[in-house]
Amino acid sequence: MSDTKLITWKVFRFNKATDYLPHYDTIEIEVSKDEVVLDVMNRIKWEHDGSFSYRRSCRHGICGSCAVKVNGKATLACKDNVFALVDIFGTTLTLEPQSTKRAYKDMVIDKSDFWSKYDVVKPYLIADIEAHPESENIISIEEASRLDEADYCIQCGNCYYACPAVEVNEDYLGPAALTKAWRFNSDVRDEATIQRLNIVNNLGSGIWDCVKCFECAEACPKELSPISKITSLHLQTFEKNRVDNNIASRHAVGFKWSIQRHGLLDEGELVRYSEGNIGVMRHIPEAIEMFKKGKIVMPWNMPKSKNLDEIKKLVKISSTAKF
Amino acid sequence: MKKLRYALYTGCTAKESTPELLKSTLAIANKLGIELVVLDEASCCGASHLQDFDDMLSLVLNARNLCYAEKLGLTMVTICNTCQLNTSLTKDRLDNDPELKAKVNEKLAEVGLEYKGTSEVKHFLYALQDDYGYENIAKQVTKPLTNLNVAAFYGCHNIRPSHLQNKTNGGENPYVPRSIDDLAVALGANSVEYGSSNKCCGFHVELQNPKTANRLSGSAILDAMDNNADVMVTPCPLCHLRMDVQQKNISKEMGREVKMPILHLPQMVGLALGMDEKELGLNHHITK
Repeated sequence: MSDTKLITWKVFRFNKATDYLPHYDTIEIEVSKDEVVLDVMNRIKWEHDGSFSYRRSCRHGICGSCAVKVNGKATLACKDNVFALVDIFGTTLTLEPQSTKRAYKDMVIDKSDFWSKYDVVKPYLIADIEAHPESENIISIEEASRLDEADYCIQCGNCYYACPAVEVNEDYLGPAALTKAWRFNSDVRDEATIQRLNIVNNLGSGIWDCVKCFECAEACPKELSPISKITSLHLQTFEKNRVDNNIASRHAVGFKWSIQRHGLLDEGELVRYSEGNIGVMRHIPEAIEMFKKGKIVMPWNMPKSKNLDEIKKLVKISSTAKF
Repeated sequence: MKKLRYALYTGCTAKESTPELLKSTLAIANKLGIELVVLDEASCCGASHLQDFDDMLSLVLNARNLCYAEKLGLTMVTICNTCQLNTSLTKDRLDNDPELKAKVNEKLAEVGLEYKGTSEVKHFLYALQDDYGYENIAKQVTKPLTNLNVAAFYGCHNIRPSHLQNKTNGGENPYVPRSIDDLAVALGANSVEYGSSNKCCGFHVELQNPKTANRLSGSAILDAMDNNADVMVTPCPLCHLRMDVQQKNISKEMGREVKMPILHLPQMVGLALGMDEKELGLNHHITK
């Protein structure tokens, strides 16, 4: 294998102060096998155009400044090897900021929404501790290492700007803030769990608006799984009995009732249970069309799993969650 | 070629709101000479919603489903991306955590079952790609899909999280998935290059946030329309329900008429194998 490759870079260029629309510069750069995207961004600036702007600092995958997108893939520029990207996308690579609509200048974006959503979840330890303690406030190694999964987050924003729910719903807190909420809610020293659960349970902005696409897990350069923290927040919500009785929570709980009765999910009944008898009315137009096409199973024809008794017994002996 | 045999986990949707998926899956399997043993004992996988409420219960139920495939000594195939996700997530957690596996088995023992971890779970799409081989399907094409522009729509849970799904999806890259495009080409169709093939349809928030769901599926369908697709093809019945049934609501949200026939993956295969529309259940679709 050759140690260098000629790559065609299409580089997003925009200056909010002077430009109406962005444009793309095409630059050919010979890249060697050990170079990462940040090396290329440096070379664009140093060898091609000194006005090219991007954020960078540590070069060690710790500061989270240099996150960008390459061919739409969330990338931490100082970590992602160019040859690995060529393996996925070929030798024409498009370099863009994490979010083109938030661009200030070239790769530099306005991250204010990211940070303000961070603030919403109270991303700090809240505990009533003495101002002048006489001993350390120690937690066990196990309790501390449980938090690693979120503590390794470098706040680069890759998950947030890869999240399609954030893209279409500007109120949604997004995977990074929710992961932070999980982090402090899982800290044994913290005393604001309920407060945070109330915040993340708001319909329209919280955990119930995650679309479960796993883009965040794919985007994270630290290989954390933000979506699994969102799932854990759901579980915490039920465990601590802080759940509101609403369409989203009933939708989760309804699966259990259905499985208990049929083994399978009773789709029609799940919609009725989640929506309530009045809310369900709004689905009538689709329901009629579906009925005409043989897509609705009537209650008396609802299929059931074979060996349903096993399922009933397992639900009885395994289910611990309360609603 | 040795006859392929699998345990088919149908999921709930294929037995209720997308009967055409089960019909077309069984029809093409029969035509291709693949034996599918339907796991009628299986329960719902929890659809990643039960998982938000009761983790232990969802593990036990999914492990039980796997037990039935293990009893048959067969690989389990799924025909729904979300069934694939929840089953493979359960398998991954149990296979890597003996303590958790023991806890789950304690429950299963009460009904005389034991989860061993001996059966793989893969989506039917990848059984066709990696076990049967597209070249062997191509040989049996009688009505090639010539001039049909197919926009593949992969659905999230077959391709993400990739570290998990890559174990059984032939190493599909979540950023540039190819399996459905390659299949379409093998069947004689043109595969449409567009940016939304690996995006989310929004199904999982359809009830609590229809606006988010409609915008996500809307932008994917419009992207396919703007790139001259004649049809979109998906391996996931949940994507199908969202995008076939909801086009009127999606159009309202997008402020532009959204019109696109959506096919289930086995329907596309069946059409190329010369099967008739009724046999493939095309009459069940809302959008023509």
